[in-house]
Amino acid sequence: MSSFEETGPSTPVTESIRVDKVKPQARLGKRVRAILVIIVAIVLLVPVAVMLMTAFKSRSDVVAIPPKVIFEPTLEGLVFLLTERSQLSGEALEEAKANADDLGLFERVALDNGQRINGPSDFLRRLRNSIIIAFGATFASVTLGLFAAYGFSRFEVPGANDLLFFILSGRMLPAVVVTIPIFLMYRQLGLYDTHLGMILVYTVFNLSLTVWLLKGFIDEIPKEYEEAALVDGYTRFQAFYKIVVPQAATGIAATTVFSLIFVWNEYAFALMLTSEDARTAPPAIATMLGRGGIEWSAIAAGTLAFLIPVLIVIFAMRRHLLRGVTFGAIRQ
Amino acid sequence: MAQISLRQVEKRFGEFQAVQPVDLTINDGEFVVLLGPSGCGKTTTLRMISGLEAVTSGRIVIGDKDVTWMHPSDRDIAFVFQLYALYPHISVRKNITFPLEAQKVDKATIKKRLSMVTDLLRIQHLLRQRPGNLSGGDKQRVALARALVRQPAAFLMDEPLGALDADFRETMRAEIKRLHIQQGATTVYVTHDQIEAMAMGDRIVVMSAAVVQQVGTPADVYYNPANLFVARFIGSPGMNLISGKYADGIAHLPGNNRLNVPEPWRKSISNQLTGDDIMLGFRPEAARINGQGALRAEVYASDLHGAYNMIHLSLDEEQDEAMAHVRSSRGLNLAIGDQAAFDLDPEMIRFFDPHTESAVVLEA
Repeated sequence: MSSFEETGPSTPVTESIRVDKVKPQARLGKRVRAILVIIVAIVLLVPVAVMLMTAFKSRSDVVAIPPKVIFEPTLEGLVFLLTERSQLSGEALEEAKANADDLGLFERVALDNGQRINGPSDFLRRLRNSIIIAFGATFASVTLGLFAAYGFSRFEVPGANDLLFFILSGRMLPAVVVTIPIFLMYRQLGLYDTHLGMILVYTVFNLSLTVWLLKGFIDEIPKEYEEAALVDGYTRFQAFYKIVVPQAATGIAATTVFSLIFVWNEYAFALMLTSEDARTAPPAIATMLGRGGIEWSAIAAGTLAFLIPVLIVIFAMRRHLLRGVTFGAIRQ
Repeated sequence: MAQISLRQVEKRFGEFQAVQPVDLTINDGEFVVLLGPSGCGKTTTLRMISGLEAVTSGRIVIGDKDVTWMHPSDRDIAFVFQLYALYPHISVRKNITFPLEAQKVDKATIKKRLSMVTDLLRIQHLLRQRPGNLSGGDKQRVALARALVRQPAAFLMDEPLGALDADFRETMRAEIKRLHIQQGATTVYVTHDQIEAMAMGDRIVVMSAAVVQQVGTPADVYYNPANLFVARFIGSPGMNLISGKYADGIAHLPGNNRLNVPEPWRKSISNQLTGDDIMLGFRPEAARINGQGALRAEVYASDLHGAYNMIHLSLDEEQDEAMAHVRSSRGLNLAIGDQAAFDLDPEMIRFFDPHTESAVVLEA
């Protein structure tokens, strides 16, 4: 009848009856996941993209409805951000326009809006303050945190659990609650509106994070490595920086970034404890909202400039970060 | 190279007694194995010698220096860890020269020593790699190289073969033994594997429950165990131990068996036994199964071990402990339930007091 019946047991099997090892559903699942990740990434990137565009839009384009995706880029935002200007009128404006050929790029952009540049704004100073304070506080809290974490991890510290909880509890206080007392203390101590004062307060607040994070990372490093170094002829401190620190690099990188982002974005302390000399970028950008009309392009340009330093640090440490932030999820 | 002396060295962790006071002298160039089940204090003892663990009391002398309170780095010892403890972030070459850099040895000497140990361990081809990529055996070779390159006063090894595959362990065991013979270095070696201890040690220190049970040559601890623990722990299976009663030169054993105690033992037994309970001990190879043996038992099980048969005999079905494991020739096949008669080599019989757990010592 059919050829099927004629094939005896001696007939070699020429066709695999094996089902593909990867189930089709599994492959579909993978694709769905990829699509979800892309959607999430797009949603997260939209505000950044809007900010990027706004920074280079002209005054009229910024408020245009519907929002313009294609527009003529200008440097207005940047000029408004970085300079102090005054409005010109009548004769002065005419005169300035007549001499426009001698002007620099920024001055010409200002002139197009009928303004003259009087001098630089204080934004760069704010940004510099942010960098000094954020990097100073991060360096201090990670360094101190590393020593503390190593101590808690390796030595028998009396009441270690209580101490660790005490350190953690610093994190439980909302910043706004303690700003007033700290403000009063700082005024007495002369730390108000100083870089040192801000570094101190951020270091203290970050220490709980760094100690706990780093302790987790150091706990993961087998103590045999240091013991090997000890019998190899190194002191405890040499073993610490030659063996433990390099191996904790991932943890240190992750902790540094977390700590840096916290300090970099911090607003409440910065607003209350600084006024001029040590004022950081976040309150400075916020106060731009209040001055005269809202210069959206200047605010966007400021926020963009504010993003860049953190972006550089994260990019520089990206190799360590992936392992660092998934810490605990993967066991070796 | 140097001699290591422990004088009443003791370790307590809070309430927990990790090591009871121990006296031990390890001679210059000797290979001493600390053997015992896990948690017996052998590793703690080794770590106290290294200085990684502080002593609770007692003194440790290496060479002519009292090192009791010295930092590990000042003791001039090398330590080989079970999990190698190779620094993962630096190359094999750097790993090996790491201890020399601590001593500020000049570059030419470092180079000379490096090539010496890499030749010895045949690991020249690994020098550029990171330790993470190596096989277990190669890792252990590198760890040994890092220890050897120091030319220290003594080597301390904490279960260095424990993490290796069983078949490879034998190779590395031979390699460590060869290194020891070539270097003649004082070595303290910790293991829980009694076969390893027997194979490698010049002397074995058997520990259990924080106490040193016996110190002796491998032959000594095998043939003349000091107590029931050592008798059971050494050998696989351990010594056969059969309890009975002793009276007038005769040991009454389960299953109505009677053993005529050899003449030289009788005086010692009556002097040393605290009651009339006695425990007879003999190694599996000390028994010979033959038709007219004095002791009778029933075959409980029999298994072929390749070169020989291990026959498990039950002297008395009622008593689980009345069991003897006897080595016999391959050709001898006994069915389960068969009756077997066997004799004991009088030279290889030992006696124990079940109350004190100590062996009866043959008096002159």
